[in-house]
Amino acid sequence: MSRTRLGLSGWIAVTVLTLLVAMAIFAPLITQHDPNTGDLLATHAGPSAAHWLGTDGTGRDNFSRLVYGARTSLLGPTLIIALSLLVGVPLSLLSAWRGGSVAFVINRVFDVLFSIPGLLLGILMVATFGAGLRSAVVALAIAYLPYVGRLSSAAAERERRLPYVQALSVQGHGATRINIRHMLPNLAPLLAGQATVAFAYALLDLAALSFLGLAVQPPQADWGVLVNDHDAIYQGHPIGVVSAAVMIVATVLSLFVLGSKISGEER
Amino acid sequence: MSRYLLRRLVGVAVTLLVASMVVYLSVFLAPGSPEQVLFGSRPPSPEVQAQVRHAMGLDQNVFVRYFDWLGNVLTGNLGTSLINQQPVTSLLGHPATVTLSLVAYAALLILVVGFGSGLLAALRPGWVDTTVTAVTSVATAVPAFVASGLLISLFAVRLGWFPAYGLADGFGGWVRGLTLPAVALAVISSGMLSRVMRASARQELASEHVVTARMRGIGSARMVRSHVVRNAAGPVVTVAGLQVAGLVAGAVVVEQAFGLSGLGQLLITSVEQKDFPVVQAVALIVVAAFVLLNLAADLIVAALDPRVRAAVSG
Repeated sequence: MSRTRLGLSGWIAVTVLTLLVAMAIFAPLITQHDPNTGDLLATHAGPSAAHWLGTDGTGRDNFSRLVYGARTSLLGPTLIIALSLLVGVPLSLLSAWRGGSVAFVINRVFDVLFSIPGLLLGILMVATFGAGLRSAVVALAIAYLPYVGRLSSAAAERERRLPYVQALSVQGHGATRINIRHMLPNLAPLLAGQATVAFAYALLDLAALSFLGLAVQPPQADWGVLVNDHDAIYQGHPIGVVSAAVMIVATVLSLFVLGSKISGEER
Repeated sequence: MSRYLLRRLVGVAVTLLVASMVVYLSVFLAPGSPEQVLFGSRPPSPEVQAQVRHAMGLDQNVFVRYFDWLGNVLTGNLGTSLINQQPVTSLLGHPATVTLSLVAYAALLILVVGFGSGLLAALRPGWVDTTVTAVTSVATAVPAFVASGLLISLFAVRLGWFPAYGLADGFGGWVRGLTLPAVALAVISSGMLSRVMRASARQELASEHVVTARMRGIGSARMVRSHVVRNAAGPVVTVAGLQVAGLVAGAVVVEQAFGLSGLGQLLITSVEQKDFPVVQAVALIVVAAFVLLNLAADLIVAALDPRVRAAVSG
């Protein structure tokens, strides 16, 4: 596999994402304040040395909530994409390998899932199983199946027709071995690019569900929850909301740039 | 073309049928049965519960219930709300008007801004192109719920130009009330459409037929219109269709942020109240709108471009 050229924008994206992950992991070292306990004598305080981004309506430190919010905001989409890859990739390899009626059924399933917007599926899941991160993650993992699956089954089908696969098959290697040891590594760059972009959309959909009060529940800090602080907006103290907005936009933009670099298109 | 149309229509019908099953059954899986919502915290005696279940048809097999529901839906009966006992169809009128207006407004913004800025960037290389590309790249990462908060904060709270919440009466009131929500909804899709338009138009500008047309001395306005825009339209219309179709679901978030009593808000309230017939009806409408708008976009592409038409009817 040739090394992917990242370029300037790619390196900026990697740096931003690395910093965000570090922030999520080392949250307790970065900020001294507890994200969930507020000082009721200092509500809606402006930025100061003690509170870099001021405090919210119940006196909680905005910066701490932003830093701790990175944890749920990044963990959720990671679970969503991991789940949909875990189910979607085997399905698409199976579809490409067996073809015929198996491929037909799998592709129809992808079509139907594709026809239900992820946000709506999330809302329906929440209606069924109750609000919370778990329902939202499962719903979005299902919703993202076709995004991962459609592209990879098309690619797997092209890969399957290549001479090396037939050669391995003639040599008597089993289908499972050829798929896992040979086809999967060759499809990996494409899948990585697709997964990176899908991660960005999953982050947006999950944050939107949290915004609607259906996924991550307040007082837990999450960027989607933080953006929804209408109280702060109406009272003219939008600094917490704006900083959460900046985090979301920076993360998604970095993921888009990185995803297109990995799959090798111009951005 | 007619064979293509037929095949697409059958495909859409099958997709909608399966999606309706998903919508119906997903709610059926919910713990606690619908009649529990009616009883609230004080359940009556088991005999009365059984009577209510029978009256609501809940004692029947789920597939029988699904086909009953589907038959009713196809004849325009969407059931009765569990909360206020009114027919669901009578609850949908006002919300549907609000959502439709919001989506139409946002779609208009997306098409004008997306097409316009993408074409501008393609035609004016240099700083115009660089600026438009930078702005639209950032726009593709600004979701509606983020844009809502920022717009309310700046244009409603700080400047007071637009209302932060709800709709005033009259046409003017609606336009003013829907402007910020429509902009919030349009940001991400305008960015995407602009990028696709730019890429597509640049490709056409570099193509042989445009270079030939230029050499023949065809004026630039006419050339852009009949050689660049027309040929660049295919991928752009496909993306535009996908984006506009997605607005119907995206409206849920924006309606919640701006307190608009549209279908999305109805959906969220009904989910919270476990008013399942309303949840099913609204979800079905959103899915149907999504699928049909995508179909419309594909048909427009086929109608615009003879090459696609030839390929699909072959």
